[in-house]
Amino acid sequence: MISCDEAAIICNKKQYKETTFTEKIKLVMHLLICKTCSRFSKKNAELTSLCDKARLHCLPEKDKVLMKKDLRNKI
Amino acid sequence: METHQLHPENWVDQYADYLFNFAVSRVSNAELAKDLVQETFFAGLKSAKNYKGTAAERTWLIAILKRKVIDHYRKINSIKGKAEVRMTYSSQNDTDGDWLEEQVADPFSILENDEIENEELGLAIQECISKLPKKQSLVFTMKTIQGMSTEDICKELGINPSNLWVMIHRARTALMSCLNQNWFSI
Repeated sequence: MISCDEAAIICNKKQYKETTFTEKIKLVMHLLICKTCSRFSKKNAELTSLCDKARLHCLPEKDKVLMKKDLRNKI
Repeated sequence: METHQLHPENWVDQYADYLFNFAVSRVSNAELAKDLVQETFFAGLKSAKNYKGTAAERTWLIAILKRKVIDHYRKINSIKGKAEVRMTYSSQNDTDGDWLEEQVADPFSILENDEIENEELGLAIQECISKLPKKQSLVFTMKTIQGMSTEDICKELGINPSNLWVMIHRARTALMSCLNQNWFSI
């Protein structure tokens, strides 16, 4: 049986669809017996759907570096 | 009342993504949104002496960005830029009870609100991300928003996958508690 820490890591991987088949089985087994982890798993899935729904955008890191440089020149 | 101070050297790290999200949702063009954010920072710098410290830094920057967005629509002379509110008081249904409230969109329809709610949600998430430690927010953004693969992120940041998953875990847990009160249904 896996520990809660391991289960949490697998659960996070699952949010990015990066779990292997055995990991999935391990997680399901763990969630059956662990209330805390199944609550965490539900919330984690909800966070994923919130992030999808919000259609987040971000500036690429290199644009930010440029921006910072420009800004510093003007200070 | 608490007075705030400007720290232009932290602007990009703290507010760039937040302002960018705000701008993208209004101009629907990433390149243009980026320019508007840049202009906002410059304008902020220029008028820093007018900052009285009554509003938080971010609120103040958003106010500037809003002007920039309006200026943009004016400049391209779009219909949006020329928009003004007109009301017609219909004489036909000028009977008892038929008043303006009944002529506006159905307040119980949830469809129109979706767009607005999603924008608010986006800004709320962005605000929570900006409260994370720098490294965590970077990893989370790369993974979740840019959708980069684990391998690429590890290579770029020089960390190993288990480091990455631990950081993702911390970031996600922090985000859950940050968003908790308002956004989670469970």
